[in-house]
Amino acid sequence: MEQFAQQLLNGLFLGSIYALIALGYTMVYGVLRFINFAHGDVFMLGAFSGLYLNRWLGPSLASLHWSISLTIILVLSMLICAALGILIEFLAYRPLRNRPRLNVLITAIGVSLLIEYTGQHPAVFGATQQPFPALIPANNISLTGNLAVTNTQMIVFVTVVLLLVALRYIVMKTRMGLAMRALSLNPTASALMGVNNSVVISFTFGLGSALAAAGGILYASLYPSVEPFMGIMPGLKAFIAAVLGGIGNIPGAALGGLIIGVTETLVGGYSSVVGLPTGYKDGVAFVILILILLFKPSGLLGKTEREKV
Amino acid sequence: MKRYQAQITLLAALLISFAVSRISGQMNDYYLDIVLTAGISVILAVSLNLVNGHTGQFSLGHAGFMAVGAYGASVVSIEMGPPLLRLFGSSEAGQGVAFLAALVIGGLAAALCGWIVGVPSLRLRGDYLAIVTLGFNEIIRVILQNTKPDGVFGGALGLGGIPSTTSIFWVFGAAAVCIYVVTAMIGSTWGRGFLAVRDDEIAAGSMGINTTRYKVTAFVVGAFFAGVGGGLYAHQKGAINPEGFNFLKSVDVVVMVILGGMGSTVGVIAAAIVLTGLNEYLRDFEQYRMIIFSLLLIIMMIVRPQGLLPATLFQKKGRTA
Repeated sequence: MEQFAQQLLNGLFLGSIYALIALGYTMVYGVLRFINFAHGDVFMLGAFSGLYLNRWLGPSLASLHWSISLTIILVLSMLICAALGILIEFLAYRPLRNRPRLNVLITAIGVSLLIEYTGQHPAVFGATQQPFPALIPANNISLTGNLAVTNTQMIVFVTVVLLLVALRYIVMKTRMGLAMRALSLNPTASALMGVNNSVVISFTFGLGSALAAAGGILYASLYPSVEPFMGIMPGLKAFIAAVLGGIGNIPGAALGGLIIGVTETLVGGYSSVVGLPTGYKDGVAFVILILILLFKPSGLLGKTEREKV
Repeated sequence: MKRYQAQITLLAALLISFAVSRISGQMNDYYLDIVLTAGISVILAVSLNLVNGHTGQFSLGHAGFMAVGAYGASVVSIEMGPPLLRLFGSSEAGQGVAFLAALVIGGLAAALCGWIVGVPSLRLRGDYLAIVTLGFNEIIRVILQNTKPDGVFGGALGLGGIPSTTSIFWVFGAAAVCIYVVTAMIGSTWGRGFLAVRDDEIAAGSMGINTTRYKVTAFVVGAFFAGVGGGLYAHQKGAINPEGFNFLKSVDVVVMVILGGMGSTVGVIAAAIVLTGLNEYLRDFEQYRMIIFSLLLIIMMIVRPQGLLPATLFQKKGRTA
């Protein structure tokens, strides 16, 4: 039982990061109706900007409390990745607006590969795994009984919750959030009401990329090693989380992320009991995806959209 | 005569490849290897084109089906080779029949996987197929890597000792059959359904076309030929491992289809041959290869989404395809 609770807890922490990445997928899908394949790579870029910022700013931040330097690095990386996200949208996706969806999808795959392989080049990040610095000092907190939680896990979870609250505020209470929701309901009508759709799309990309960057740094804090291909698997799983929750639905993405994280950790923890290699835990998310597509394609919280000609 | 033009061309292609394989023993092994690789690329690209080009879906897991075919055919050859040879005789013809059986079984295994993956994801519109096939590609690789090293699949180290049966005849024969099947499917009255699904799914559905069925058919046929291509690849190299069928292998095929022109069989064949040659030629620039490929994908989509040799180039006036 205790082991089960421990696994559940670990899954919750991993799932909260998936939720953060899934939000980017779901928001971009909401405004543009397409899967931003490069989102997982923005996540990777976030982790790398954390690594490099810490390398460059580390000495001057050393005198500050770790929470302040973590906040500075987190916010700067989020800004860098937001700018990159907006740039990617501007250069690659904007010229393709109103083109067939297939073309945009292929471009997105192209962007994703371009980021990964440029990153892999020795002159950029290099292909080898690099250790990620401990931005949060390691410290074990033991909860009631034998449940162990690291300091890092708690901080990661708290940061994710804060970011989700901030996102909720932006989407529900600000004018830009209102415009985002209008655009995702009906692009033509929102343009007629005076919403500048291009600006809103750029903003959405920026917001999604910033969350991915935060996800990247937090993920790298839990699993402290970064490499240019690290975004592929978490990116795919986060996408599946978005589909599971109902793509385009923001609370759904968060819920989906938690479910995927918990399921994956449980399967990883118990697969040896049934005699399966732990490597199979990476496949669980895809099984979930196939099941959800078969039985409830609109996702847990999504609404069925009717197609109109 | 004109009515059977396609069938006659197929027969001629088979005969020619048989004749060429008789003299290919004198070819330089290195060049023979490149020619075989090019032929296998043609099979992969033409079959992917049926899904991504003609039917307008987007599969990213061709290498996964290739892996299923490669492992299926190799296991048949290794484990069941001797009994098969006893059955068909160990003459050249008997060996040929045994190899054909291995290739077909590999292809059917891949087609079955295609069906399992395709039915849930193709019922829906949109980009789900891309993600599901990408995931399938990864799962196949993970499963193969986690098999027992001393088992039939060989685990992470892969399978060795596969008989090198692949020859010019088999590769170009299979390529000819693949091209024939795809063009015959698309060219038939029934096959207009594929193009209708691509051009406007809602309109096609309103006209009484069972869009899901067409999509699944295209996908399963595509997977079958990917499996055959994988079987040929395994029997060309003699050894295979799970890492050889990763996502990048799928991307290679996608790039061929997009460069040649989605929905243009001639363009895709040309792109498969040219890119295979280029890959050999650019071995020293391996680091830049994927950067260039990905840039090509983006630029092609923005500047010339129909590909370098689009199908419209080869159409007779007044016909649409």
